[in-house]
Amino acid sequence: MKTVEEIKAAIEVAVPGARAEIVPNGSPSAEHSLLLDAAHAFAVAKFLRDDAELKLDFLSNVTGVDWLDKETTEKVKVTHPVEKEVDGVKTIVDETVEETKKTVTPGYLEAVYHLYSMAKKHGPVILRIRTGNRSDKVELPSLTPIWRAAEFQEREVFDLFGIIFTGHPDLRRILMWDEFKDYPMRRDYVDPDDYEYEPTPHDEVLKRAQAHQAAAKTEAAQ
Amino acid sequence: MSESLLETWNRPPVIEADGEGELLEISMGPHHPSTHGVFRMDVALDGERVIKLKPVFGYLHRNHEQIGQTVGYLQMMPYTDRLDYFCSLTNNWAYALTVEKLVGQAVPERAEYIRVILAELTRIQNHASTIGFLTQEMGASGTPLMYAFREREKILDLFESLTGSRLMCNYMRFGGCRVDMSEAHLNAARKVVAELPQFIDEFENLLTSNEILMARCQGIGVVKPELAVNAGITGPMLRAAGVNYDIRKVDRYGIYDRFSFRVPLGEHGDIYDRYMVRVLEMRESLKILEQALKDIPAGPFVDPKAKIRGFKPKPGEAYGRIEAPKGELGFYLISDGGTSPYRFRIRPPSFINLTILEDMCLGQNVADVVVIFGSVDIVLGEVDR
Repeated sequence: MKTVEEIKAAIEVAVPGARAEIVPNGSPSAEHSLLLDAAHAFAVAKFLRDDAELKLDFLSNVTGVDWLDKETTEKVKVTHPVEKEVDGVKTIVDETVEETKKTVTPGYLEAVYHLYSMAKKHGPVILRIRTGNRSDKVELPSLTPIWRAAEFQEREVFDLFGIIFTGHPDLRRILMWDEFKDYPMRRDYVDPDDYEYEPTPHDEVLKRAQAHQAAAKTEAAQ
Repeated sequence: MSESLLETWNRPPVIEADGEGELLEISMGPHHPSTHGVFRMDVALDGERVIKLKPVFGYLHRNHEQIGQTVGYLQMMPYTDRLDYFCSLTNNWAYALTVEKLVGQAVPERAEYIRVILAELTRIQNHASTIGFLTQEMGASGTPLMYAFREREKILDLFESLTGSRLMCNYMRFGGCRVDMSEAHLNAARKVVAELPQFIDEFENLLTSNEILMARCQGIGVVKPELAVNAGITGPMLRAAGVNYDIRKVDRYGIYDRFSFRVPLGEHGDIYDRYMVRVLEMRESLKILEQALKDIPAGPFVDPKAKIRGFKPKPGEAYGRIEAPKGELGFYLISDGGTSPYRFRIRPPSFINLTILEDMCLGQNVADVVVIFGSVDIVLGEVDR
C-alpha cells in the first residue's frame, strides 16, 4: 500500500485546493493520520473510495475526540518604566518585573475515520477532520453519502460529542434520548444533579447524593 | 450540501403502500421476546408488508467509553467482558491486542496459542447459540436452542475451570494471559473438541435440510455484497453476502498465519446463507482448534517483563481489531501519557451490522422481521455499550 506521504501527495494532485497534513503518531503502532480541511473532506473521501489504486471501500470506524482549550502559562520578564525617588530627586527607572502570561489555544472537536480496503485488503488509512471550535463552529461534512457505514456512527458522534454533520440524511440522537440536552462524551461534561433516589450510594456518588439532598432541604425551607 | 449529493447515498429502497386500507404503526420492543434484550423497532405496516422500519437503541447505554477514560488501562479489562457478554474472551483479546499495539508489547508463543484456543471455542459456542436463537424465532420452541446450550455448557465449564467465571472471564492481560492453561485443561479442551463434530452433525441433521427452516430463510433478508461493503458490515453477515474478508486471514493477528483453515462464503446473502456460513465456520474453528491443541508449545503464558505497575503508555494512538464471532471488533485508544486513556473507543460489530436492518426488512412480511433480526446476531450489551 502507499505510504501516508504518497497518499497525501495523491490527494493534493487529485483534489485541487485540498490540504492534507500528516499528524504523526508517537506510539509504536506508528499509524500516522491525515488531517483534512473540512471544506474539501467530502471530495477527498470520494477520491479515496474511488481511486483504482487505493480503493478504500470499507469505512471501519468513525469516532469523535474532544480536545479542550489549552491554557499555557509562562513567566515572562517585562520591563516597565517606573518613577522613583532617588536621593530626593524624581527619576524614571526601568524596572524588570516577572509576570505570568496566559495564552489560550482554542480547543476543537475532531472526527476520526479509519478506512480499509476490502477489495485490495490493505489499510488502515486514518482521516481526521477538525471543527473550528467547541461551541458554535461544530459543523463538519458528513461522509455518509460515501460510506453508509458512517450513518449510525456519525449519529453516535453527534449524540455524544455534539459535532453536527451537514448532509447526514437522518441526524438524530441515537444512544441518549431525544430530549437530552448535553453531550456526555465531552471532556468537560458534568453529570446532571439527579440524586433523588440512589439505592446504594458510596464514595463519590454518596457525596453528590448528600450535597443534592442538602440543597433540596434548603430549597424546601425557603 | 447540494440536493444531488444527498441523493447519492446508499439509501434504503422506498416502498410504496398499495393504498388499500390504513397503515399500521407498531412499536416492536423494547420488551419483545425476540429482541434479545431491550431494543425497539418502529415499524410501519401496510397489511403484512413492512414499509418503514427505524431501530431505536440506547436502553442499555452505560457509556463504556467514558468509563474507559476514567479508569486505568488494566482496570478496563473486566468492563470489556460486559460488552458482548456471550464472547467475553474475544473482547478481552481485542482490548489486550490494542493496548499491546499501543505500547509495543510482545506476547509469548504459548499465550498466543491459548488465546487462539479460547477465541475459537468462544466462536463455536456463539455460533451454535445464535443458530439456536434463530430457530427459536421461527417457532422451533426450544429443541435446537437446548441442543446448542447443552454444548455451550461444556465449553463454559471449561472457561469456568480456567478463568473462574463462565461468562465474565476477564482472562487476557497485556503481554499474555492471567493464568496458565494446565495439561488438565488442555486435555479437557481436547475432549470437548473431539465431541463437537458429532454435535455439529446432529445439529445439521436437525436443521440444514429442514423444510420449515428453508421456507423461512431462503430468499429472505437478502443483502447485496456492494451494500454490505459500503455499509461496513463485517463477520458472518458479510461473508454470507459472498465477500471474502476475514480479519484472521487479512491482518493475520496473533498466530493465525500458522493454521490452515478456509473462509466459508455464501452465494445469495440471505438468512439461509448466514446460517450455513455459521455452521461451516464452526467446522473451520474445529480445524484450528485441533491444530492449536496439537502444537501448543511449553513456555511462559505471560511476558514476565510486561509492565503492570505504573502502566503509562507514551503519547500516541492505536487501532486494534480482531475477527470476533459477530464481526470486526475494534478498539481505538489515544494515550496522552497518563494512567488512563485520553480517548477510549469501541467499534462494536453488532451496532454497525444493524445499519442495514431496514434495507433487509423493507417489503418483507412482519413475521420475517423477527427472523431477519435474529440472523444479524446482536448482543445489546455491545450495541448500546
